[in-house]
Amino acid sequence: MNLSIEVDELHREFRGFTAVDHISFSVDRGELFGFLGPNGAGKTTTVRMLSTLSRPTSGSARVAGFDVVHQHDMVRKSIGIIFQDPSLDDRLTARENLRFHAMIYKVPRKEVGQRIDRALEWMQLSDRADHLVRTFSGGMKRRLEIGRGLLHSPGVLFLDEPTLGLDPQTRARIWERLLDLRKTIGTTLFLTTHYMDEAENCDRIAIIDHGRIVALDTPARLKGRVQGDLVRLSTADDVSAADEIRGKYDIEVLEESSGLRLEVDDGAAFVPGLLRGLSVPVLSVSVRQPTLEDVFLRLTGREIRDEEAGEKDRLRSRIRRMGRAGR
Amino acid sequence: MMSVIDLSCIKMVWLRDILRYFRERSQLYGSLARPVLWLFVLGMGLRGSYGRVQDVDYTQFIFPGILAMTAIFTSVQSAVSIIWDREFGFLKEILVAPVPRTSIAVGKGLAGTTLSLIQGMIILMLAPLVNVSIPWLNILPLIGVIALLSFSLTGIGIVIAARMTSFQGFGTIMNFIIMPMWFLSGALFPFDRLPGWLTVLVRVNPLTYGVDLIRKLVLGFSYQPPLLDLLFLVGFSVITTAAAVFFFSRGEY
Ligand SMILES: Nc1ncnc2c1ncn2[C@@H]1O[C@H](COP(=O)(O)OP(=O)(O)OP(=O)(O)O)[C@@H](O)[C@H]1O
Ligand SMILES: [Mg+2]
Repeated sequence: MNLSIEVDELHREFRGFTAVDHISFSVDRGELFGFLGPNGAGKTTTVRMLSTLSRPTSGSARVAGFDVVHQHDMVRKSIGIIFQDPSLDDRLTARENLRFHAMIYKVPRKEVGQRIDRALEWMQLSDRADHLVRTFSGGMKRRLEIGRGLLHSPGVLFLDEPTLGLDPQTRARIWERLLDLRKTIGTTLFLTTHYMDEAENCDRIAIIDHGRIVALDTPARLKGRVQGDLVRLSTADDVSAADEIRGKYDIEVLEESSGLRLEVDDGAAFVPGLLRGLSVPVLSVSVRQPTLEDVFLRLTGREIRDEEAGEKDRLRSRIRRMGRAGR
Repeated sequence: MMSVIDLSCIKMVWLRDILRYFRERSQLYGSLARPVLWLFVLGMGLRGSYGRVQDVDYTQFIFPGILAMTAIFTSVQSAVSIIWDREFGFLKEILVAPVPRTSIAVGKGLAGTTLSLIQGMIILMLAPLVNVSIPWLNILPLIGVIALLSFSLTGIGIVIAARMTSFQGFGTIMNFIIMPMWFLSGALFPFDRLPGWLTVLVRVNPLTYGVDLIRKLVLGFSYQPPLLDLLFLVGFSVITTAAAVFFFSRGEY
């Protein structure tokens, strides 16, 4: 059996509201699989069902070969999970958090000390092992959570937005660890994110929106769905420029608030001719390769991070940093 | 299938609560301040106007009640820390682990019981200060009764925590259920002097039987036959434990 996760028509409703809408996909053993989607897309709801914390309204899923509803104890033994929201006891030290984890996962007593030391070292937390977690930074807490999730050597590791709200340096560090993990141990990684650059690291990505998977492929092939290059153009009069371009070339012209957007086969060759022929004065022009962001825009008609979502994330990361300050 | 009793899980839940209790000194002192205050301020304050009951003065009379109060509040509070764990996320870590929920609930129950026994022992040491002398032979049964009472009340605490999503609700529960239950347990006044309708409330209150049994062991007299008290107490703990396990296992978090 080479499938690590098999999802069949998985569906979840909350009082009539559909959060996850009949999704099906599968993840190979050892694969790094990404769930990419905006806020409220249904990523966490999916992870919760796959990790047996909530029941599907309908449909089924198998993780590590076990049914998430009927064999939930076997699933729980096989997985590790990094929740989107904090889940450490920050009145305990890092080492105590790990030791309690080892206890409920029944890590053999002889191995506990060694595994804890290794996890601490691996997550570069050895020097803070015996400090209370409440004195840790957001990045340190996150690393500790990842180290803890791996302590019992799970075959499948779920990571729900593992780098949300962290600075780029910490994000890079965490990613380095994850890629290392995959290379050395071959753990199946299922992660959710709405950072495009992170999604690029995945073997395959499912783009999820409004509870539905709208695309599922490798990052390269997804980007291949957007033709050639993207040209952004801002002119003195975008509306007439758009009409003029549409008349001259047989291409689609998107009018955005910041200017015009064209998809052409070869941007570098296209632009000089365009500039020469256009009667409206051009203010600026840029050419670039398509990113996953463009794929997302193409598939859903929206940017992945709208203003509102940005607000929500900032709030979340602030809550994460504050931890239990209110207590 | 997982077995229902998972010793390492029970141990983990128990040990974590104990560790945190001793680490939080302020919580420790705070929870001792209340009974001491009640015992001395209320006891001394009302002693003069109350006269003697069954040949003991008022401070002596409420001593068993204060002992029961310590057990009641410590255990409910300890169980309700589940709400904190949910709020701050740690509960997810336990719930996603391959452990039966029954064992989590049992671990919580034992932790609450342990903590309330520790507090109870401290209160017991105050006995000479209010001229209460407990027969040595009664100490062990007394510990047993306090443990049983505490275990039952952690059960109530777990049910509250499983049903409750916020702390505001928790305050309401404490004020409208636990407080009245304690007031109407005969802990503060002899209930043969109460008006009839209040006597009914006292008699249906399970805590009454716990308090009465503690009084028998501490002061040597009780209002019911001790065996009846014990029977009620055991029945009560069976019911609350079952309720705790039921509600805690059923909830989706
Ligand atoms: N317990 C719940 N009760 C009611 N609605 C819920 C519940 N949990 C999730 N939802 C709704 O389901 C939808 C999907 O939520 P989910 O948390 O899965 O999104 P997400 O993709 O993880 O978003 P984010 O990026 O913000 O974490 C949202 O509209 C959310 O409001
Ligand atoms: Mg989420």
